[in-house]
Amino acid sequence: MTEIQNLLLEVKNLNIEFHDHLLPETVVYDFDLSVEEGEIIGIVGESGSGKSMTALAIAGLLSRHDMEKRGQILYDGTDLLTCPRSQLRRLQGKEIGMVFQEPMTSLNPVKRIGWQVEESLRIHTQMTKEERKKTAIRLLESVELTDAEKIYKLYPHELSGGMRQRVMIAAAIACEPKILIADEPTTALDVTIQAQIIKLLKKINEEKRTAILFISHDLSLVSRLCEKVVVMQGGYIVETGSTEDIFMHPKEEYTKKLIAAIPKCEKKQG
Amino acid sequence: MRKKKKNYNLIAGGILTGMMLLLIAAGIFYTPYDPNAMDPASKFAGISWKHLMGCDNFGRDVFSRVLQGSRTTLFVALCTVFIGTVCGVILGAVTGYYGGIVDEILMRINDAVFAFPSLLLALVFISILGPGKNNVIAALGVAFIPSFARIVRGEFLKYRNMDYVKSAKLQGAGDLRIMFVHILPNAMPVLLSAIMIGFNNAVLAEAGMSYLGIGVQPPEASLGRMLSEAQSYLFTAPAYAVFPGVVIIWMVLGFSLLGEGIGEKE
Repeated sequence: MTEIQNLLLEVKNLNIEFHDHLLPETVVYDFDLSVEEGEIIGIVGESGSGKSMTALAIAGLLSRHDMEKRGQILYDGTDLLTCPRSQLRRLQGKEIGMVFQEPMTSLNPVKRIGWQVEESLRIHTQMTKEERKKTAIRLLESVELTDAEKIYKLYPHELSGGMRQRVMIAAAIACEPKILIADEPTTALDVTIQAQIIKLLKKINEEKRTAILFISHDLSLVSRLCEKVVVMQGGYIVETGSTEDIFMHPKEEYTKKLIAAIPKCEKKQG
Repeated sequence: MRKKKKNYNLIAGGILTGMMLLLIAAGIFYTPYDPNAMDPASKFAGISWKHLMGCDNFGRDVFSRVLQGSRTTLFVALCTVFIGTVCGVILGAVTGYYGGIVDEILMRINDAVFAFPSLLLALVFISILGPGKNNVIAALGVAFIPSFARIVRGEFLKYRNMDYVKSAKLQGAGDLRIMFVHILPNAMPVLLSAIMIGFNNAVLAEAGMSYLGIGVQPPEASLGRMLSEAQSYLFTAPAYAVFPGVVIIWMVLGFSLLGEGIGEKE
């Protein structure tokens, strides 16, 4: 395949420092990353390696006080770290979508599923009520939920974890964002559902050319889904490279250890 | 899937409050006598078919006055709670959601107001503004703001870091939208219970202030006003004091049960 790769997002020298305790504490050091259209990039690392912090920073969700952020996160020429809030809000949901780890708490318990999927449409588009409903149902179908019409009217507590995560994905891709950040989207789910969600993410990537930033501690999932991998430890990038390079010829000791820790039966890749 | 447990508090509270509201509504269109018409001949008349609750020291029909008085009391309580809730929700939402310096400043002011007993605060207001129904509403309303603000702030603190709030933010929702469309509905059960309790306090506070003579002014009837007038004749005409008292209890009990019932539902 010969494609013209477009640079979507560029993170340069990102440092995140907490200031809410007596001593400042740095959780991310000199993070660099560039995301091109249609790419799936995995960020892996153990707990506390700063991968989620990086994701939140890219999503523009880190609070503006209590911490200091240095560096640049460039999206289409705008620096997400310094641009005014109103401009950031115009990008959020429309250009950047995000799926969280915990499907049980990431949906508002008092709002119907349909309402929540429609939220970003309501904010970013001028669709009429009927158009929104039609779009929402189409979205729910596209994330392979059967009986979308019925689910549209349900409340989150009436759905299972896997279904909720699909709803979250539907809500995140409602405005067809160019980048989808998935922060451990499968950690809280059981293995069969994990595989389905991974397949779904891949499908979205292929159909819409959505770039996906997949954050996980699960190397086997990353190896199945991603083209490029960033390995993080203690806030530093340990190694970056194509999935093949990282898994076949790891250079760093830490990466080798991580790969050795994958349970054996997962070795046959699907 | 969903288990249905009978919510007796809600049912009982609903019935009591419903009956009360019906009576008050009926009282708007029809009272057996003009509540303010005096009839010296039936001064201190006892309970009879002619005067269901007897007559007071001016020969006014107590039943008619109770109907009118409970309407006044209810109106004062409603307005008070309305002021307290609206201002309290705005204050609580802003402080709870933003936190930081805004929260510190507003909540310290809130604490200062909270430190005064609400009735005392209302008394101070009245002594500045002068007695009368509207001033009572304003005074009690302001005195009620701090407790609502506290409750709402607590709820917002609890919800502001939930994942669904983050994801709403990420969908591009503005702060106001997040506060009032995404978070507020979650705080509703707690807020509703607080409103019911506040309502009771308002009924009692209005009665108390009218009893002290600084609330609703004569000849207009209110439940507290009637109680205060009746106390001089407690032995001559006990019925005069008993009925307004019973209606206050009825009202408060109804709303308390309703509040409990709503709290239980969650």
